[in-house]
Amino acid sequence: MSTTTVSTPAPADRNPADTAPPRKARRRGESGPLASLASHGILIAASLIAIFPVAWLVFLSLGPDKDDYLHPGGIWSKMTLDNYSFVLQHTNFFHWAASSLIVSLGTTVVGVMVAATTGYAVSRMRFPGYKKFMWLLLLTQMFPIAVLIVPMYQILSELQLIDSYLGLILVYCATAVPYSAWLLKGYFDTIPFEIDEAGRVDGLTPFGTFVRLILPLAKPGLAVAAFYNFITAFGEVAFASTFMLSDTKYTFAVGLQSFISEHDAQRNLMAATAVLVAIPASAFFYFVQKNLVTGLTAGGTKG
Amino acid sequence: MTVAIDRATGKVRGERGPRRGPLKRLKSSYRKYWYAYAMITPVAIVLGVLVLYPLAYGFYLTLTDANSLNTARTIGVNEIEATYKFIGFDNYADILWGPTSYDRFWSHFIWTIVWTAACVALHYTIGLGLALLLNQKLRGRTFYRMVMVLPWAVPTFVTVFGWRFMLADGGVINAGLEWLHLPTPLWLEDTFWQRFAAIMVNTWAGVPFMMLSLLGGLQSIDSSLYEAAEMDGATAWQRFRYVTLPGLRSVSSTVVLLGIIWTFNQFAIIFLLFGNTAPDAQILVTWAYRLGFGQQPRDFAQSAAFGMLLLAILVVFTSFYRRWLNRNDQQLAI
Repeated sequence: MSTTTVSTPAPADRNPADTAPPRKARRRGESGPLASLASHGILIAASLIAIFPVAWLVFLSLGPDKDDYLHPGGIWSKMTLDNYSFVLQHTNFFHWAASSLIVSLGTTVVGVMVAATTGYAVSRMRFPGYKKFMWLLLLTQMFPIAVLIVPMYQILSELQLIDSYLGLILVYCATAVPYSAWLLKGYFDTIPFEIDEAGRVDGLTPFGTFVRLILPLAKPGLAVAAFYNFITAFGEVAFASTFMLSDTKYTFAVGLQSFISEHDAQRNLMAATAVLVAIPASAFFYFVQKNLVTGLTAGGTKG
Repeated sequence: MTVAIDRATGKVRGERGPRRGPLKRLKSSYRKYWYAYAMITPVAIVLGVLVLYPLAYGFYLTLTDANSLNTARTIGVNEIEATYKFIGFDNYADILWGPTSYDRFWSHFIWTIVWTAACVALHYTIGLGLALLLNQKLRGRTFYRMVMVLPWAVPTFVTVFGWRFMLADGGVINAGLEWLHLPTPLWLEDTFWQRFAAIMVNTWAGVPFMMLSLLGGLQSIDSSLYEAAEMDGATAWQRFRYVTLPGLRSVSSTVVLLGIIWTFNQFAIIFLLFGNTAPDAQILVTWAYRLGFGQQPRDFAQSAAFGMLLLAILVVFTSFYRRWLNRNDQQLAI
């Protein structure tokens, strides 16, 4: 008897806010304080994991000695920017920077242009050969570099494109364009078809419609494609180290590798170089990141 | 100028006339679609010259015994003619069932499958979990998203470099483990831990792409579906199982396929993490590169044959994947 009274207190004692199940009081998509605390906890942990290797690299680059990474605690007392000034003054850093930027931006411009026309064509038209073409785009994603590098080398040397920026740009376009084209196809699919028709009624040529009406509307998609092209070209190692021969034309990826063999075990300098290399890429990334989510999956959500 | 643009639904607009002769059809299809063909020409040329021709040539190489000692090359002023010869399918036979083929191919093959399966599974589950968290109305979620995309934003060769510092003997990871009184493995020397480290680094680097793709997919699910499910009294798990997962299906099938292809061919992470030091942790792609470029004499033919086998594996896999998707009534978005 007494138990029942305890477990079911008199209605008069109840606080009305407690009895109403809390989820009814909230708006949709919001969660209780505990759940939201857990969410924040997981997200903070994930963010720390995501940021830690990069942050650690930045921290190590401030230590003056090559063995500082073994005793990171000692770095606090002797932080210095000497590594940076050494890298900037005594290596080919600026040559590498120039060639990296030429190659990456070249790939971005050429690749996005080419991918945009392709994406538009496959988004708006079912021409004969459409299926085969899409399959071809997917197939190029599967190519292992090992099978391509030797023959590509021979073709590029016949075209006199070895050790030239243009050759590397074309190679990167071949690797980055298929995915970019697919990405942009998805984005173009979300742009209403009536816009094309309106353009044609107003007397624009098909290319005019594409350039003047569709491209401005597709900016988020273009930004993502640009990011993808840039990152692909900027971070690629195998092609760059095989096709670029003179050390003033190295991209960063190759330059850092040569650094490892040249300044053997000068890990503090390598860390500083790596940080300097990461800066332009991250800057470009945060430039386009606003569009990343919408642009990335516009395509995936529609078949 | 007639330009027929049809919608992405694939319906042909207008009445379809009776079938005509092949030449006429070709002509009218050209007139109708010249514009599409003109737009895909640049890609077709680039892919043709830089991908398909190398592929054909690479296939020819696999049928020879070409290596860096017998191919045409120029030393100073002397030009040396190529002397390699045609040997048919010997390279493939040697790789697949020649002596020591287990060490040279099958062990790497098994490890590549394990690597791909583990990495893609981890990418997908972690990416989906984070995407679900980010899809809530949460304070500071833009900030979280920006931070968590960092592994994708910083070039691989920089981040892998940072990881090498952390994994080195006496690096920060082992220091942390020691502080927690846990065993401190030799991450970069012991085979098992090398593989573990490779999967860990690749997971770290690959989650952001999955996360953002799935986040985009989540945001495109109609919220009225959730309202209806809630009306019907569905629990959170049921809503996830019967609304979220089906809504993500088309994004998922595409990103999983891309993830599998990219992970299977993931060159940079293993190459940069171990260089030439870890023969047992090499997946097929890096092993093929090593045969062709990381040793003397460079064995171009075997390296290309490895590449062909890799490509064949992926093509077969993708065909089955597509057929499986089609049987389940869904189309790949690619």
